[in-house]
Amino acid sequence: MCAATGPTAGQVARHGLEVLNADEIRRALTRIAHEILERTHGGERAVLLGIQTRGVPLARRLAARIAEFEGAAIGCGELDVTMHRDDLRLRPARALGRTELPAQGIDCKTVVLVDDVLYSGRTVRAALDALTDLGRPRAVQLAVLVDRGHRELPIRADYVGKNLPTSQRETVRVLLTEVDGRDSVLIGEAR
Amino acid sequence: MKHLISAGDLSRDEALLILDTAEELASIADRPIKKLPTLRGRTVVNLFYEDSTRTRISFEAAAKRLSADVINFSAKGSSVAKGESLKDTALTLEAMGADAVVIRHGASGAPHRLVGWVRGSVVNAGDGTHEHPTQALLDAFTIRRRLHADRALEGIRVTIAGDIVHSRVARSNVLLLSTLGAEVTLVAPPTLFPLAVGSWPCAVSYDLDAELPKSDVVMMLRVQQERMTAAYFPSVREYSRRYGLDAARMARLPEHAIVMHPGPMNRGVEIAAEVADSPRSTIVEQVANGVTVRMAVLYLLLGGAGETGEMR
Amino acid sequence: MNWVIKGVTLAGCGKTDIAISDDRIAGIGSDLDARNVIEADGLVALPGLVDLHTHLREPGREDAETVETGTAAAALGGFTAVHAMANTEPVADTAGVVEQVWRLGQAAGHADVQPVGAVTVGLHGQQLAELGAMADSAAKVRVFSDDGKCVSDPLLMRRALEYVKAFDGVIAQHAQDPRLTEGAQLNEGDMSGRLGLAGWPAVAEEGIVARDCLLAAHVGSALHICHVSTAGSVEIIRWAKSKGWPVTAEVTPHHLLLTDELAVGYDPMFKVNPPLRTAADVAALRQALADGTIDAVATDHAPHPVEAKQAEWAEAAWGMTGLETALRVIQLAMVDTGLLDWAGVADRMSVRPARIGRLDGHGIPITVNGPANITLYDPAAPAETVSPAGASKSRNTPFAGMELPGRVIATFLRGTPTVLDGKLAR
Repeated sequence: MCAATGPTAGQVARHGLEVLNADEIRRALTRIAHEILERTHGGERAVLLGIQTRGVPLARRLAARIAEFEGAAIGCGELDVTMHRDDLRLRPARALGRTELPAQGIDCKTVVLVDDVLYSGRTVRAALDALTDLGRPRAVQLAVLVDRGHRELPIRADYVGKNLPTSQRETVRVLLTEVDGRDSVLIGEAR
Repeated sequence: MKHLISAGDLSRDEALLILDTAEELASIADRPIKKLPTLRGRTVVNLFYEDSTRTRISFEAAAKRLSADVINFSAKGSSVAKGESLKDTALTLEAMGADAVVIRHGASGAPHRLVGWVRGSVVNAGDGTHEHPTQALLDAFTIRRRLHADRALEGIRVTIAGDIVHSRVARSNVLLLSTLGAEVTLVAPPTLFPLAVGSWPCAVSYDLDAELPKSDVVMMLRVQQERMTAAYFPSVREYSRRYGLDAARMARLPEHAIVMHPGPMNRGVEIAAEVADSPRSTIVEQVANGVTVRMAVLYLLLGGAGETGEMR
Repeated sequence: MNWVIKGVTLAGCGKTDIAISDDRIAGIGSDLDARNVIEADGLVALPGLVDLHTHLREPGREDAETVETGTAAAALGGFTAVHAMANTEPVADTAGVVEQVWRLGQAAGHADVQPVGAVTVGLHGQQLAELGAMADSAAKVRVFSDDGKCVSDPLLMRRALEYVKAFDGVIAQHAQDPRLTEGAQLNEGDMSGRLGLAGWPAVAEEGIVARDCLLAAHVGSALHICHVSTAGSVEIIRWAKSKGWPVTAEVTPHHLLLTDELAVGYDPMFKVNPPLRTAADVAALRQALADGTIDAVATDHAPHPVEAKQAEWAEAAWGMTGLETALRVIQLAMVDTGLLDWAGVADRMSVRPARIGRLDGHGIPITVNGPANITLYDPAAPAETVSPAGASKSRNTPFAGMELPGRVIATFLRGTPTVLDGKLAR
């Protein structure tokens, strides 16, 4: 009888190794939602702002859970950071995503930025710049599903779904039902 | 996309990309800080050989909102007035490091010449009687917003009336609107049509009244008084009577239809004052949309790497 | 015997030798010998080409061309005589200016220069120039033209046609109704509409052609139509000739090859008067040259300085050079397409032009005792990309970057070679 063997390096390269399945993602989001409620005193004067692209469905899921636990809705919006990126000139101009602030705005609120993966920190830096042009939050916090390390800027997350030590040769892919048809976090070799 | 010289050069996808990008940039006008850092360090030169404060200011505002540096070069009183050739002016701009040159010129084809002499992007802000692509883009954007049209303009019926043969706005609109799936009809007296208009992607009519009830959009073009002396029509009065959009004609439009005009208007000639000032008229928002659309164009031309993928 | 050309193909004689003594053709046959030998196997011998329509720009626009450089270009193109148009500065409307141009041609020595006299003073179209004085001058002007402009006043055109009968002159009309072409930039059609360039309708040429054919018939005088460019003009000329009217016509090489579609990039290299027309016009012109409705190929060589052709289209100058490429373009458009054989080329590019220009000593088929004006051409030379640089001072050729067949190998002017081995002999 053969022992079950793990995926070969080739298989990892082609398909990616799943490090978080749908259930684990669900549990992580539930925990983050509770943590947000704790640290924002029940979500009062707090709003969620998902960073395009996959931060947006994550923010919505968190908002839904928070509304469920507290019985009160929390403001939720979308933020596209393309125009504030520092690496624009390395690739042809990209299409813009939607920016839509929550109805109550962001002034004097605690803004919780939501993204799928925290890596170099540059996306979050761009998001902070974008926020400065949109208003004046009282405070800004960061929630991410995966923190894979290798920060290039002094940025840290307040809420983390999973810490995932990776090498820079690897890629981390987050799949979400709303965008990709299923929930999964995969690690693969960079191509 | 490296240059924007003709609306006819844009594929459907490229045109939609510009309109969608403009859609996302539109909200910036409502923000306290109307600025994005995206084109910081880029230089945009406005090279205007024709007097056009309105278009020049629109491009200037668009560039500045993206944090680009703007240099204005207008022909009057400059070395151009002293006879400097277009080529020498272009070489001077090149030496100053222009990333983009926005050119308005009285000669059709001037932007084409410029492309050969500068390394940056060339944006055609109107060349002779040839094209005015950003006008067509802002017109399409306005139609899309006002009529809550789907992503493209499939099936929208647009009537454009006026001095077609001399209108770069007409040419660009015919090309862009048909690329986006709209149905375009041109209306004018026979003398104001180019001979070969039959080969254009649009319908042709001499009868404005017949077209109005079936139009979702009516776009009126300015008719210059000078055309009268070249015998294009007998008198301004006759032109206005047969081809002017007055209140009576406006009443024959479908309920939802809008009235557009690229400006500047000859009130009382091609368009009556009460029509220009009515709620159906999009003339004022066309101006605001102009800045937004030009921001989208400048961003897409200059905001990323050059076409070869290298850093600019 | 000074020269013998061995084994050359002569239309009507097959391969033969031609011997030249002083300024005459001394012998045509086999096994001829002389001090200087040109091995001409594979080459075609034509009577020296005659251009009815050239702009040498001197006096006044020597920055673009001089008689010296223009005739050098002509010789390299196989021409032994050129008619120099009158739109110089000052205009060639007096005996003094035409004699000056004639002497400059003599001094340069590359080709005979036959000055064309203006029809009206200053080309203003108001008053007849001293046509008689020009005819009597040393330049012996017989062809008169306001080319560059049209003699549009019908009364003045009538008078001019009548007046030149006294000395067997011919009026060469540049057919362009000024009112229909005000501000015009490009042939009126699909391209002009698409490019936003003011249209130049074919009827602006055809109307004047028809009117002048009728006038020439009415007063019984010789009319020559410059640079015919439309199918409609061809029809009218064919009709006029069928009536036996004294009408002749010329076409340029570029109108036999190029169309208005080339204007698509707004490159003023393709800006010319009359404008490039459509493929249908090109086809009609080729057919007309083949059947003789159009009598002659004339280059309308129009040199311009660099900056005049680098501006935006509306500002750029009108015209294309053509002397050095003419025969190669005719080979491509007419011979290689089977429309004209080399005997026909000799007729359209030498015999008839000389006859229309009333030019003595040129356009005489190659025969014993005839003047030794001979062009040697290699139709089998490998096709070469045309470079703008040449003997002409100006670079505005529309054929730059195009591949053209053939090569002029030698040109003899009254027994003296002006071009040998494709290069100027002096």
